[in-house]
Amino acid sequence: MTVAVVGDGLVLRTLAHVGRIAIFFAEMVVQCGRVLARPNLVINQIFNAGGRSLVIIMLSGLFTGMVLALLGFNLLQRFGSEDALGFAAALALLKELGPVLTGLLFAGRAGTALTSEIGLMRATDQLTAMQMMAVDPLRYVVAPRFLGGLISMPLLTGVYDVVGLFGAHLVGVQMLRVDNGSFWSQMQSAVSLHDVKEGIVKSVVFGFICSLIAVYEGYHSEPTAEGVGLATTRTVVASSVLILLLDYMLTAAFI
Amino acid sequence: MTDEIIVDVRDAHYAVRGRTIFSGMSLQAMKGQITAVMGPSGTGKTTLLRLITAQIYADSGEVIVFGENVAKLNSHQVFAMRKRTGMLFQDSALLSDMDVFENVAFPLREHTDLSESLIRNLVLTKLNAVGLRGAAELMPEELSGGMARRVALARAVVMDPELLIYDEPFVGLDPIALGVILRLIQQLNQVLGITSIIVSHDVNELSSIAHRSYLMAAGTIVAAGTPKELAGSHSPIVRQFMSGDPDGPSPFHYPAPDLTQQFLAQAGAVQSGGGA
Repeated sequence: MTVAVVGDGLVLRTLAHVGRIAIFFAEMVVQCGRVLARPNLVINQIFNAGGRSLVIIMLSGLFTGMVLALLGFNLLQRFGSEDALGFAAALALLKELGPVLTGLLFAGRAGTALTSEIGLMRATDQLTAMQMMAVDPLRYVVAPRFLGGLISMPLLTGVYDVVGLFGAHLVGVQMLRVDNGSFWSQMQSAVSLHDVKEGIVKSVVFGFICSLIAVYEGYHSEPTAEGVGLATTRTVVASSVLILLLDYMLTAAFI
Repeated sequence: MTDEIIVDVRDAHYAVRGRTIFSGMSLQAMKGQITAVMGPSGTGKTTLLRLITAQIYADSGEVIVFGENVAKLNSHQVFAMRKRTGMLFQDSALLSDMDVFENVAFPLREHTDLSESLIRNLVLTKLNAVGLRGAAELMPEELSGGMARRVALARAVVMDPELLIYDEPFVGLDPIALGVILRLIQQLNQVLGITSIIVSHDVNELSSIAHRSYLMAAGTIVAAGTPKELAGSHSPIVRQFMSGDPDGPSPFHYPAPDLTQQFLAQAGAVQSGGGA
């Protein structure tokens, strides 16, 4: 009985929270249309969320590709199929590692920056000042950052995939002497448009989730140092868990 | 100057999580006058400003601004009301990702279609009025507290508001900056005829410029009148506040048990803990 009551409370609280996020999203969508009329606001945020995450994304992509090549080569060699290394690395990066790891890194780098920036604006009365100047912060602050994150994430995933393949080629072809022609031709023949689509859909969904959570948590953070810190933590935790959960669901949907 | 009422708070009640902030708050701000709202810290002075600017709403009673009940305005009407209102925040609230010029230009860019050259002229004129034309390219973090307050004042008046609200404008200012801000507030009132509401606990500064003063305590207005009337008041609470006495109707201490009793109780608890 007690467990049921506690469970009911948790379910209700979760539903209420999801409802609040949905209302927040609906209010923000109305403003997104207006923001598109001033593309500079969004372009600035694509630079902030995407441009400033490029280094960490490229480094991670490079090392992931190198590790993939090393492990893949050892595994495929046992079956005499090391020529399929390019194909294996491409599939792993495009379908899974690219969007998921980019999403997790994006949540840690850009998501936290978005939350803490908006939270700090709340704590220092900047959002209230905008409201007092008859400017809706949802339009001026939140919607451009959300759109910037949403657009940045697929682009960063593309960069991650390309650099990852470069890393795999570096280790597989240059160091482990896999045939260069086989590396690329196997990849070309075996990777389908369906696989690419899966990666794109995942990156868009993860970008949507990460950006929405980041701006929501920042906008609703308590206006204190501790409140901003907690909101930033919630952004990373919720984004990471949701990315992994949705990754499973999307993978299942694409099989 | 006319007798037109710009802000009229009528018997407002407001509570947060069971704690009463206002119980029958009433005050009026007349057109073209400087209205001072004074009171000890924690009496809800800033909350009163949030009521007036429709950031929060009274549980009961009415808040009338420009003849409209703010509780009955939709979001568009609230924004229209705020376009006629400027507000100076206690911590300035300058937008941290813009320089001084862009901060002052922000309301103009958002609400007007003025040409870039006209915006430039207007912004530089306002910055010149607060003595910071030369700081136009500085970022907010490069400004001192007093400079930030002056930039915020330039931003608050750049749209030529009819009502200007100041939240603790004198806190943390050195005597020079304080004098400058005082003079600017007075000039804005005298030259442009802007109705001003100033919330502060700086009695002397407010008394020198206010047309009418209200003293807040215990969630309501306990005294009202011209600064001279308040200074000559025999009301114990008014006298305590005006002269800064720690003892009087307004307690200095937050409610707590007697200090001696508390120490004795603690000592007893330690002894019994040690004996066991």
